[in-house]
Amino acid sequence: MDHGLSNISWGLALLQVLLYAVLSPLLLGWLRKVKARLQNRRGAPVWQPYRDIAKLFGKEARMAHTASQLYRAAPYIVFVSTLLAAGAIPLITTDLPTSAIADVIVIAGLLGLARFFLALAGMDVGTVFGGLGASREMFVAALAEPAMLMAVFTLAMTAHSTNLSSVVDYQLLHATELRPSYIFALAGLVLVAIAETGRIPVDNPATHLELTMVHEAMVLEYSGRHLALMEWAASVKLLLYFVLITNVFFPWGLAQDTTLISLGISFGVTLSKLLILAMLLALSETVLAKMRVFRVPTFLNLALLLALLGLLSHVILEVGA
Amino acid sequence: MNLEQLSLLQQLMVVLAAVVLFTSFVLLEQARIVAAIHAFAWQGVLVALVTTIVAISGEQLHLIFSAVLTLGLKAIFIPWMLHRLVRRLQLDRQSEPLRRPALVIMMALALVIFSYWLVLPMVEKEFIFTRNIVAVSLAVVLIGLLMMVIRTQAVIQVLGFMSMENGLFLAAVSATGGMPLVVELGVAFDVLVAMVLFGVFFFQIRQSIDSLDVDRMNRLTERVDDQT
Repeated sequence: MDHGLSNISWGLALLQVLLYAVLSPLLLGWLRKVKARLQNRRGAPVWQPYRDIAKLFGKEARMAHTASQLYRAAPYIVFVSTLLAAGAIPLITTDLPTSAIADVIVIAGLLGLARFFLALAGMDVGTVFGGLGASREMFVAALAEPAMLMAVFTLAMTAHSTNLSSVVDYQLLHATELRPSYIFALAGLVLVAIAETGRIPVDNPATHLELTMVHEAMVLEYSGRHLALMEWAASVKLLLYFVLITNVFFPWGLAQDTTLISLGISFGVTLSKLLILAMLLALSETVLAKMRVFRVPTFLNLALLLALLGLLSHVILEVGA
Repeated sequence: MNLEQLSLLQQLMVVLAAVVLFTSFVLLEQARIVAAIHAFAWQGVLVALVTTIVAISGEQLHLIFSAVLTLGLKAIFIPWMLHRLVRRLQLDRQSEPLRRPALVIMMALALVIFSYWLVLPMVEKEFIFTRNIVAVSLAVVLIGLLMMVIRTQAVIQVLGFMSMENGLFLAAVSATGGMPLVVELGVAFDVLVAMVLFGVFFFQIRQSIDSLDVDRMNRLTERVDDQT
């Protein structure tokens, strides 16, 4: 791969980051729409999240008297680090200069940074809900992060690299192999993604002022452009996990060069894969009920078990002696 | 043997074997008896599928008979019988969660690694395509044993015993290309008789200690001592 500093490829890298920012509300809107249809409602239009964000940007941002500078800075840090982590994951092509930093550990670190500031901002004002949400968020994260790393290390062991672009390239090259470790890693990563993005069995993204909420509790005090950035960052994070799952496990159609035609095909294929995955998530959210917070460790233990089984089955069944 | 050297059908077999190992973990952790019986039935189905694939791609056609026997006995008949027993004992709504699930899971994972280490010298010598599965089948046996040690509910202990038998069968299929048919039939008959005996025992245990929690059997003598 060519990591040269040519302007076109850096332009493409920038375009990819912008695509993450632009596409993420669309994904959220589509998810809500499908869910509404499944529940026999008509639902808001698909572009409603764009309107929400635009409306929030136009409003005045109110601050609590007890808020510190950290509270003011947190939305920007959370948004930028989430977007940076997303930009490192190949969305439409693997041949980008950013693929040099597309390391799994870097991505986990950036997401960890975003989560750290989100939790700090939740506690900063000193309200009960913020502290409660922050403590729950860290509780979920402490269990989800090892499972996520284990799942991705399984892939890394197969591809002999923790670089996501190399993992995807390896997958594209060996597309006809049926690997038990990939199946376990996929299952584990799906469970982690559900927990990390606060979807239904773990957290309910549609409720306010309920004792079970996690993410909404932390951003309860925010308003105006700060809230818009927080919500936008959450939707980028959702898109990030979606892309991680589709492009690492089902990368077929993803471009490996930067010609215009293959990029176009890759964009269409990736978008349709993402929309299908969103439909599956909406279906599972309609079928499942939210579980108690104290059941979450069991859920994430299952994710860790699946990831560990993935690692073991790679060693035992795939490499052999 | 590397996975790349196997044909697609054989790769499917490896995947199914991995899922057999996963069902062992599900059985180990399952709190509800009916769900555990279902998990056991699925394990039987998967073992039968693995055997069928070994039979087809290894051209050992007598294994198809074993596969059919496994499917009929361990995936349909024994689960059905256990189901009936559980319903007659009115245990279908009872759930018995593990006391330390994370610790038990770690123990089971350690057993998987141990069985891999154990079969490593044997695996290095053999050259048949099923040799990677030997470690998995040994792990299934050991996890069944762990289940019988840790769980206190009699029905679930029986499930552990039966899944040990699944593991042994898988080991026979993967390591030596299946046992002779006479042995196979004998084992199947033994399992069947064991199942009938277990059924009788369930009722006996329940009558004498009014529960199927085997832990309570330890306390029986103490209570007699107190009374006398």
